[in-house]
Amino acid sequence: MVVGLGHYLAVAAILFTLGIFGIFLNRKNVIVILMSVELMLLAVNVNLVGFSAALGDLTGQIFTMLVLTVAAAEAAIGLAIVVVYFRNRGSIAVEDIRVMKG
Amino acid sequence: MLPTGDRPVIAALAFYLFAGILLASATMVVVARNPVHAVLFLILGFFNAAALFLLAGAEFLALILVIVYVGAVAVLFLFVVMMLDVNFAELREGFVRYAPIGGLIGGVLLVELLLVGTAWTLSPQAPLLIAEPVPDAVTNTRALGRVLYTDYVYLFQAAGLVLLVAMIGAIVLTLRDRPGVRRQNVAAQLARARDETLAVVKVPTGAGLRVVPKPEPKRQPEPAEHGQGDGRHHGGGH
Repeated sequence: MVVGLGHYLAVAAILFTLGIFGIFLNRKNVIVILMSVELMLLAVNVNLVGFSAALGDLTGQIFTMLVLTVAAAEAAIGLAIVVVYFRNRGSIAVEDIRVMKG
Repeated sequence: MLPTGDRPVIAALAFYLFAGILLASATMVVVARNPVHAVLFLILGFFNAAALFLLAGAEFLALILVIVYVGAVAVLFLFVVMMLDVNFAELREGFVRYAPIGGLIGGVLLVELLLVGTAWTLSPQAPLLIAEPVPDAVTNTRALGRVLYTDYVYLFQAAGLVLLVAMIGAIVLTLRDRPGVRRQNVAAQLARARDETLAVVKVPTGAGLRVVPKPEPKRQPEPAEHGQGDGRHHGGGH
């Protein structure tokens, strides 16, 4: 009954899988894909915090803060690109994004 | 071992509750019909992940998660979802078609992760490799600060640079000059000379003045068109 490291790892594994599944399921909608990426980064954070607590090492929590920074930056840039793309094309469907394809 | 306090059963029940809500809301994020609902479930999931962090003893990260993810990232998502008038039902075509392949790949990945998760063991040398052991009589926030500003100060600065680049990038991407918008031009106002705006007219006594002559503008007109962001927008028709 005592919660150990394995429980955190299992939660993180399921969360990461849900993120992957969401990318496949919503592959036309960029915004939901970005949300799935956020879920995957959250799973990574759960892993790092679980190991940090189980091993008694603060380095995992430092890494979690850096992952949080990168996740925030990624969301800001990704959503800015989505807004600019919608402004120029009037659509955010993923299969329309092929202007740079030769 | 994870800190469970003096009531391990209650800690375990709280863990299962928060983990269950986290996984359920993550599932709803993925399968929700309305993206606004997806964002709201994402916020619920972030709150429950913060509770899991609290149970693991990472109080500072739990509150940072609430502030950064719920307060900034999720609200940004909500803002963008509500701002774009996209037909989201159209984007959900092929949902059923993509479900089997997604389920297959997700299932394979989950089985692999669970196999890895049940097979590993901790090396006996692992406690010797601990870089920053958790100090005893110090709160989590203070301990993190002591480590972050000393041993990891370069990574901290690099994280600040990442945020700076993201901020500049987001502003540069979304800033646009719309043509035809009247806007205050402070430089033109400050550079204005007297004879561009003022005309001294000698009026003969008793003759009156019919028309005030307009002073000649000597300034160059502003450049009419800017390169980027021409505001093409064919929304509304779909």
